[in-house]
Amino acid sequence: MSSQDIHEKTIAEIIAALNAREFSSVEVTRHYLDRIKKLNSAYNCFITICEDSALIQAKLADQKRATGEFSDFCGVPIAHKDIFCTKGVRTSCGSKMLDNFVPPYDATVVEKFSSEGAVVLGKTNMDEFAMGSSNETSYYGAVKNPWDIRTVPGGSSGGSAAAIAAQISPGATGTDTGGSIRQPAALCGISGLKPTYGRVSRWGMIAFASSLDQAGPMAKTAEDCALMLKIMAGYDSKDSTSTNIITPDYVEKISCSVNGLKIGVPEEYFQDGLNLETEKSVLEALAELEKQGAILVPISLPHSHLAVPAYYVIAPAEASSNLSRFDGVRYGHRCENPKDLNDMYTRSRAEGFGDEVKRRILVGTYCLSAGYYDAYYRKAQQARRLIKQDFVSAFHEVDVIIGPTCPNPAFEFGAKSNDPVEMYLEDIFTIATNLAGLPGMSVPCGLVDEKPVGIQIIGNYFKEALILNVAHQYQSITGWHQHYPKDKEIPNISKMRLE
Amino acid sequence: MEWETVIGLEVHVQLATKSKIFSGSSTTFGSQPNTQASALDLGMPGTLPVPNEEAFRQAIMFGLAINAKIEKCSIFERKNYFYPDLPKGYQTTQLEKPIVGPGNIDIELSNGTKKTIRIHHAHLEEDAGKSLHEEFQQMTGVDLNRAGTPLIEIVSEPDLSSAEEATLFAKKLHSIVISLGICDGEMAQGSMRFDVNVSIRKPGETLGTRTETKNLNSFKFMEDAITMEVQRQIALIEDGKKVAQETRLFNGETKKSKSLRSKEEANDYRYFPCPDLLPVVIEDQYIEEIRRTLPELPEAKCRRFREQYSLSNYDADILSSDRLLGQYFEAVAEKSGDAKIAANWILGELLARLNSTGLSITLCPVQSEDLAEMICRILDNTISGKMAKEVFDGMWKGDGNADSIINSRGLKQVSDSSIIESLVIDILQSNPTQVDDYIKAEVAKRSKMLGYFIGKIMKASKGQANPKQVNEILRVQLSKLINNIKL
Repeated sequence: MSSQDIHEKTIAEIIAALNAREFSSVEVTRHYLDRIKKLNSAYNCFITICEDSALIQAKLADQKRATGEFSDFCGVPIAHKDIFCTKGVRTSCGSKMLDNFVPPYDATVVEKFSSEGAVVLGKTNMDEFAMGSSNETSYYGAVKNPWDIRTVPGGSSGGSAAAIAAQISPGATGTDTGGSIRQPAALCGISGLKPTYGRVSRWGMIAFASSLDQAGPMAKTAEDCALMLKIMAGYDSKDSTSTNIITPDYVEKISCSVNGLKIGVPEEYFQDGLNLETEKSVLEALAELEKQGAILVPISLPHSHLAVPAYYVIAPAEASSNLSRFDGVRYGHRCENPKDLNDMYTRSRAEGFGDEVKRRILVGTYCLSAGYYDAYYRKAQQARRLIKQDFVSAFHEVDVIIGPTCPNPAFEFGAKSNDPVEMYLEDIFTIATNLAGLPGMSVPCGLVDEKPVGIQIIGNYFKEALILNVAHQYQSITGWHQHYPKDKEIPNISKMRLE
Repeated sequence: MEWETVIGLEVHVQLATKSKIFSGSSTTFGSQPNTQASALDLGMPGTLPVPNEEAFRQAIMFGLAINAKIEKCSIFERKNYFYPDLPKGYQTTQLEKPIVGPGNIDIELSNGTKKTIRIHHAHLEEDAGKSLHEEFQQMTGVDLNRAGTPLIEIVSEPDLSSAEEATLFAKKLHSIVISLGICDGEMAQGSMRFDVNVSIRKPGETLGTRTETKNLNSFKFMEDAITMEVQRQIALIEDGKKVAQETRLFNGETKKSKSLRSKEEANDYRYFPCPDLLPVVIEDQYIEEIRRTLPELPEAKCRRFREQYSLSNYDADILSSDRLLGQYFEAVAEKSGDAKIAANWILGELLARLNSTGLSITLCPVQSEDLAEMICRILDNTISGKMAKEVFDGMWKGDGNADSIINSRGLKQVSDSSIIESLVIDILQSNPTQVDDYIKAEVAKRSKMLGYFIGKIMKASKGQANPKQVNEILRVQLSKLINNIKL
């Protein structure tokens, strides 16, 4: 590669270039902002572009770098999923309900990146309140998959994944409740990690299903994810579910050999419903790791079939309660001329929420209702314990578990949006790790019909360093993470004169 | 026909923590609306609750005080319903695993017998905000200062069988939480609120249909509400009608109650464990530490007051019922050295004034050391009991301490017997008729007649003569006169 364009660089390469003063933070930020301006209309990755504040942050980062005392991430541009509250910047969560919501505080994750000197390019598009696997539920319109704009980018962190695939942001934050980082990462051909529940603070991250939600990094490579996770992870006294445990140096351990590593291959993840070409790519990836000395161990996760049904009770149940605060009283959408309190509640919520959100509130409300609680919610929690137990047993035998991230590559818009169950099955391989609270990562492992597919690496609790290590070793011997779609050509059209 | 009343109480007690149960906002009462509401209290998106340890400590103190089991693992649940003063759309509370398990509280009935009231459990929860309907035309204002104030809800078994018993129980609870220092007990500010469950039945029959009357914030209102509700239920049944299971509201001013919602209209609260709060595990050592530092409870204190200060049952009971009042009493008793006089002043003059002005002992304008000093002046004969009332009045009004008031008003008692003797002789000489009458009177009637002379002497001394000495010297002088006549 003769002269690599800035946007082709990984975060690690941008840091190296900033350190070597090949370019400034203002230059790299300007470069990405220009690309966003050029390409966002084609992909719809961003809900809000923070041009002015990004350039100010970049300038400050350059000044900081000039002093000689700065952290690695100083001046590196990234994007935040629009689920993270950003002080003074509209945080919509992909919903009409919060179209006018400007938080007076930063999420802990946002604050951590800011204190490292990162530059925020903007807020990325997402399924409304993170409910969706295709980005089609966003109030701001669907994100288009840069590999094929007729197909979905996955969801709910589709804007973040597509922005990285389109190379209009080198990295972005995401959140994952049932696969919302890993599934879009797989469908867009990038790397994305959902950490162990409790590893990253949820404070300031708008809740979908509190016991499942977890923020994580999305980037081109495992190494970049490691760099980002190092900043994101850590105990937060403002989140009483965050775990007070030492944050390892994820980058330091990334180059360890996988020789002797025991990889569990769950039979349940290679059954009917898995695209044959996807399966082939995943098996090839496993073979590559085997060549490096890893040992493949067939395992069983016998309660895998319970994951989707349990998830679609627990997640909507929690969501139905979490979304009660959006009532039009204090902030967010309020209907015009309410005639009384009930009318205000009913119309504000009917107008502010989209169909998928309403569907899940209804399902969740039903599952928690008197007389149904035991049959649904309690049962689902029992299933959740069985699923967790499967993994706990498996990790007595193996170090990591690897399988496909998704059953299929990206599908076309509208293909599943009328069949919620079909859509929900997209997350069949990712949901179980959320229920168990385990970390999981998707990295690209091939192209099927010119569309990326990914392998999912699942680790034991708080073993993100090992997952990143395995992913990085895989990326050291393969090149799938270096494939990026061509920029969509935007035709120059003449603007009309307004009379 | 005889009806039996069955009453169970749910008592909300605001805990005396400095900050809220899940946020760092202050819990001070009476601030400007919404000035004590953080992003969490406002139910802003992305905010998360962090439990306040002090609320747990105080709930455990209560549990230990009523001999209850402290649950090692307690779980917060969400109670979901929509209301503008409930910003998150759910109340964080406890249901299946409350912090305080079954316990019991003894009350003393008017006939002197003791009755044990079982406590089903007590749980921790957050208070809601306040909806203000008066000041806004056609609109409702919402004040979220109270939202998130820690409460313990104490749920009794239906062991109470009259309005009187319910009131005794409520007052006992009030004195327990105040003695423990876990509640300021300010009923008027809503620090303690009662929901009463009432049903009636014929003796021996199964429980009747109960109604719940909510949010009663004084003992009087609660007693009235129960009395009214029992009468209403009896009238219904004797009229051949049925009692509907419903929630009722009682207006303490008009003494009328009305149905708020029927059983059918009751909310389905969709309780489930709060996923933002992990189970709270309490260690034995923590509980034992609290047990060791538990303040003296009213019953034990009452016993001690009787024994240590030789107080009557009645006096000891009142002084021990309120922790701060007890503290005040002990300070006065110790500094003045006379517990009996201290108790008399506190139970008499001081409490009467506090009650009539509605002040609590913490806001009492007379400090314990000032009252003690005044008592010392009584004991050393500087002032008489009557003068003391004037001194007390001055201290209450803020005119200064006992000595400065005694000096500035010239209230010093005259105890010089030669001065008093000349006063007595003066009065006797200027009232010869009355002296004559006295001498001629039967011995038994004489002491009644003394009052006339004492009044004159005291008046002549401008109230400053030591009454005890006046009495003694007067008797001596009169007996001299009697003897002279005989001679």
